[in-house]
Order: sequence, then structure tokens, then C-alpha cells
Amino acid sequence: MDIAAYDPLNETPYQILDAQGKVILDHWEQSLSDSELIEAFKNMLFVRQFDTMAISYQRQGRMYTYPPNLGQEALSVASGSVLQKTDWMVPSVREMGAWYMKGVSLKELFLYYRGHEIAQRFEQANRIMPITVPIASQIPHAAGVGYGIKFHGEKAVVLTFIGDGGTSEGDFHEALNFAAVWKVPLITVIQNNHYAISLPVHKQTASKTLAAKSLSYGMPGIRVDGNDYIAMHEVLSGSIDYARQGNGPVLIEALTYRRGAHTTSDDPKKYRTQEEEQEWEPKDPVNRLRSFLVHKNIWNPDEEAELIEGYRKEIDTQFLEAEQYPPHSLDDVFAYMFSELPPELEAQKQEYQDYLNATAQEPQK
Amino acid sequence: MSRKKYSVAIRDVIAEEMRSDPSVFVMGEDIGALGGVFGCTRDLQKEFGKNRVRDTPIAEAGYVGTGIGAALTGMRPILDFMYLDFVYVAMDQLLNQAAKLRYMYGGRATLPLVVRGQQGIGRGNAGTHSQSVEAFFTHIPGFKVAMPSTASDAAGLLRTAIRDNNPVMFIEHKALYASSEEVPDDPNFAIPFGKAAVRRQGKDVTIIATSLMVGRALEAAEALSKEGIEAEVIDPRTLLPLDLDTMLKSIEKTGRAVVVHEAHKNNGVGAEIASQIMEAGFKFLDAPVVRLGAKACTLPFSLVLENAVVPGVDDIHEAAKQVCYK
Ligand SMILES: Cc1ncc(C[n+]2csc(CCOP(=O)(O)OP(=O)(O)O)c2C)c(N)n1
Ligand SMILES: [Mg+2]
Repeated sequence: MDIAAYDPLNETPYQILDAQGKVILDHWEQSLSDSELIEAFKNMLFVRQFDTMAISYQRQGRMYTYPPNLGQEALSVASGSVLQKTDWMVPSVREMGAWYMKGVSLKELFLYYRGHEIAQRFEQANRIMPITVPIASQIPHAAGVGYGIKFHGEKAVVLTFIGDGGTSEGDFHEALNFAAVWKVPLITVIQNNHYAISLPVHKQTASKTLAAKSLSYGMPGIRVDGNDYIAMHEVLSGSIDYARQGNGPVLIEALTYRRGAHTTSDDPKKYRTQEEEQEWEPKDPVNRLRSFLVHKNIWNPDEEAELIEGYRKEIDTQFLEAEQYPPHSLDDVFAYMFSELPPELEAQKQEYQDYLNATAQEPQK
Repeated sequence: MSRKKYSVAIRDVIAEEMRSDPSVFVMGEDIGALGGVFGCTRDLQKEFGKNRVRDTPIAEAGYVGTGIGAALTGMRPILDFMYLDFVYVAMDQLLNQAAKLRYMYGGRATLPLVVRGQQGIGRGNAGTHSQSVEAFFTHIPGFKVAMPSTASDAAGLLRTAIRDNNPVMFIEHKALYASSEEVPDDPNFAIPFGKAAVRRQGKDVTIIATSLMVGRALEAAEALSKEGIEAEVIDPRTLLPLDLDTMLKSIEKTGRAVVVHEAHKNNGVGAEIASQIMEAGFKFLDAPVVRLGAKACTLPFSLVLENAVVPGVDDIHEAAKQVCYK
């Protein structure tokens, strides 16, 4: 698709499937093969299992605070599927599917939410940054990665994520401005899930669409139905082609809904109605793609239970591995502050080691 | 050796490092055609082009953040802060991101980032353009902090900073840019971090001074000498790492110490240095360590008043006599 041809002010999102999974466009040609679509659907199911189980591990006291992804799986799986090995991903947080498809293991994700910073070393994944945590700080990094890619003359692109709330931060503005002026291959996906913790998006901005912000930076922008896997995939592919050809950055606003809580320590009942939550239920991305596949007669929903059973076993195995992973070592506390351990830190490490020895505790390894 | 101004010494080192390492590049505001407000990047764009000497939009968090991203792809950014007072608008990128990224990445990322710029009094630039920011960067772990007081040190320390694989805060002084001295021509001339310079030998009192205050301490030492007090003047050159050994060795001899900086005295680096001296060298001390620093007020616009609130030669002179009970 020609991404530059879209009007970022258009409030109606780019959409292919309606809520019932029926194609709404008159002249639409399926660009993904049936097997690719089935693969995508399975990935979404997998992410959903992973997400639900993460919440239950947290409830059992086996993990720290966790941000649920429920309802946002289509856009993260689509993002994961369009990235090539040499492409960069600069994450926000609520796009676990993309992390997983970039090569981050479930064990690492669990380790991270168990408080193990070593998790973000991402042993099998390349070209992915850790979570910055302060909102929007990652977007300048992504623009800088884009500059590096361009400087080295690579054909790669960088894909970054931010929430609707994050678009109010100065770093978002500064980074998109840099990216456009420098014409770097950056695709920024705004996950407009309608909330920033408790603040609804209409209190975040008076702009009609978040995609509209692209106009002020001088880059293409598009609002897409982020719960429509096929539309999301088309928009991402079009944007990546555009950026990869050296045309500069693209801003994508993906409309979705955070069906769960902000994190496991939040209670959405305090700031939104159940009617609103119910309104979004039928627009769920997993149901929508399933309906499409069933209409096409390429998917039998009766097979899902068994599939899910297998996923749950796999996820639990990875969780147990994370749980049995050795605790953070004393070395790890100090070793990564600088590229070499300075004498002051060496001394402090020794001090702590002495303390451990003196209290006859086994030194943590 | 060539006689060079402090600002030219800086410019030349950047140029030499850019010549020898294609991954080194500079970005900041007005550094290209203009060559920097203080001339520290003069003519670099002519030699290295707009890609490696990048004028950025006015956005400090933006260029620190993009510098971090570029560093992850294997580049070695030098970020030019026109005035270091502007670090405050980029603090998240500096202290939450740059300082912590390596740790957060479990050691997987290296961040060879140099943040450089000038600070301090001397031009009547008023309250938001005359401050000293070093304490922020010595407080939050993750940065190394260098503060050269001479042209030759600026050259030697900057080369070390550019070749270091960690974020370095490189703090120049606007009032020192015009000072000049002989600077080694060797394109590998580097001064290691964590090695203080003994600027003057003396047996009676140790004066530890940074940046602009080094010159003032040396002037005070001359006056003290006429009164029969021989002051040893030590310039730590880097605050992180800090060369405590050189200071202790001196204090073992003198038994007395004055710590002086231009930054506010309250919660300044002087407090840290004085404490470290007391923790490690209390037995050498014949008098309590005295700290000197700017008053806890906004730095005034007026040149006369800015000098009134930061330590002057007389203040250092007085403090040295005080610790000698004279
Ligand atoms: C600079 C900063 N300010 C505030 C916060 C606290 N905070 C964490 S998440 C969040 C809301 C983010 O909303 P949004 O960008 O829409 O992303 P979502 O959580 O919906 O995915 C806030 C305010 C933070 N982490 N960083
Ligand atoms: Mg949101």
C-alpha cells in the first residue's frame, strides 16, 4: 500500500475486517497467504495465553507488577511478523508479541518481571533495546538508531512503540522532529488503547487523531484499526517499505483497547464503566481473525483447546525455568555500571562480600 | 608542543579523533557553519561534512536520546551542549537513560558517549547560563566526570573521554576558553582519568581546587607564600574517578586541607571530597577541612556580583590561613 497517500486527519481507521471478521473493502486482494494468516492467529493465541498466565503467576505472588496485553495482540504480532533479523526494535512495554517474535524468550520475559535485570540481555535476540520505563524516553533512542542505520548505509529499519499517553511527552515530539528532519528509517507505532492508566485519550489530547501529529513533523501518518490483524499488517508492511526505500519516517496510530487493567496493581472500575468495556469485547482482535479464518474454511475452532493446552505447558515450563534461574549474583550488581569495574566499586563489592561472609550467609551466586 | 588556547585544544582533539575513527561524530546546536558559540567545533564541518558534524534542532533531550541510539549502532557521539545549564532539560535522557543503560541491558550495551560543554561565571550570562552542574553527575552512578582547568589537560582528558566506552560528562569552563599553554602535538596524547595534578608543591596546607578555581588557588598560594605559608595546590582533573591517594599523600604532609569549587557549596562535590578525606585521612588532620563554594543564591547577572558570590582569591587565602590557625 502507498502509505503516503493516506490522510492522517481521517478519523475512520484503515480497516479490512469488520467486527464479524468480514471483509469490508470492495476490491481487496489478500496479500498474506492462508498459512501466514493461520500462523499469525496461532501467535495471537499464544500471546494471549502467555499474558493470562503471567497475570495468574503475579496473583500467586511469583512475579512483580505486570502490564496486561489483553486486546492488543493483533498489532504486536503483526509488528513482530514484519521485522527482519537486521531490523531494530525499540520497545515500549505492552507489545509482548513483538518481543517474543523478535527472539526474546518467555523465560527472559518472566525473569524480567521477577525482577531480574539480567533478563534484558536478551541472549537470543539481536537489535532490540531494553525497556526505558520513563514514558517516551525510547523514541529519541529509536530516532538515533535510525540515524546509525543510515550512517552505516544499511537497508534496515527501526520500529518503535509508544502509548497514546506517551504522545504528550516532549521526547515524543523531539524524536519525531529529529527523525523527519534527518529522514531516518523510523516507524513509530502509537498503541492508542484509549487509556493512560486512568486518563482517557480525549483528556490526553485535543487532536482529532494522534496520526494527525505526523503532519506537523512532515511525515506520512495513518490511523489504522489495530484490532484488525490484516489491516495492521498491510499498514506496517507499507510503512516499512516506505522507510526502507529511504523516504524517511512514518507515524502509525493503531486504534485498540486495553481490555485489562493498566497493570496488575490497578483497578479500572474506578475510572471506566462496564458498558464501555463490553462495547469493546466484540471488537476483540483474536475473535475477529478467528471469524475470518472460519469463514474461509481454513480454521477449525474445535482444534483450539488442544493447541492451547500445549501452549500452556510450554509457557509453564519456561516459567519454571525462570523461577529456578539462579538469583542475581553479587557480581551482576556492580559489573555492568561501567565497561570495566572501577576501584571504588570493586571496594564496595568487597565490602558487601565481607558482610555476607561475616554473617555466615552463603554468598549469593 | 604548540601553544594553543583551551578552546582550540578541544577543537583539535575532536578533529584528530574524527580523523582516526570514522565512528566519532559531533552533534549539537549551531556547531556546523557557525563552529559553535564558543568556537570549539570551528571548521569541523568543512572537513568532515554535515553528516558527522550535525546541527540539530533545538532539543537537548532529543540529541542526548538520539546520541544514545546512535551509540548502540556502534557510533561514538560527542554531544555539544552550548551551555551546560541546558542539561536540566535533558536529565531523563542523561541520568535515567545514558547512566543506566548498560546496567539495564545486563552489560550488553556499550555507551561511548561524550557530553561536553562549558559552564560557570565569567561572562555575566546570568542565573540560567552561569551554573556549575558537576554534582548532579557525580551523584547518580553511571557517568565519569572530567573538569579540565588548562588547555593541555583539556586536550589530554578529552582524548581519554572520546576513547572511553562509557558516558563521560566533560565539563569545560567559559572563562578558560581564552587561556593558552603548550599542548603536546602527539595525536595520541591522553591523560588518564583518576590522576590528579599537583599544580604547586607546598608543605603547610593542601588546597584542592577544580576548574576556574585552580588559577585562583595558585594566586592565593603566591600571596600565602609571602606570609610564610607554603600551599600545595591539587587539581583532581576528574571528579569521577577521584584521585583520593594524591590528596591524602599531600595531607599526610600538610595536615590541613581547603576544598574549593565554583559550584554552590551546599551539597557540592567539595562536601564529598572533604568527607572522603576525613574517612580515610582523619589521622593526618590538624584542623577541620574547610570547604569553599558559591553562596546558595541564584548566580547574579552582574559581573561584579557573580564574582562576589563565588570564591575569590581572598577567600581562598583566608581559608588557608584559617586551617593553619594563622
Ligand atoms: C515520564 C513518566 N511519567 C509517568 C510515568 C508513569 N506511567 C507509567 S505508564 C503511564 C501511562 C502510559 O500510558 P500510555 O502511554 O497510553 O501507554 P499504555 O500504558 O496505555 O500502554 C504512566 C503515566 C512514567 N513511567 N514515566
Ligand atoms: Mg494507553
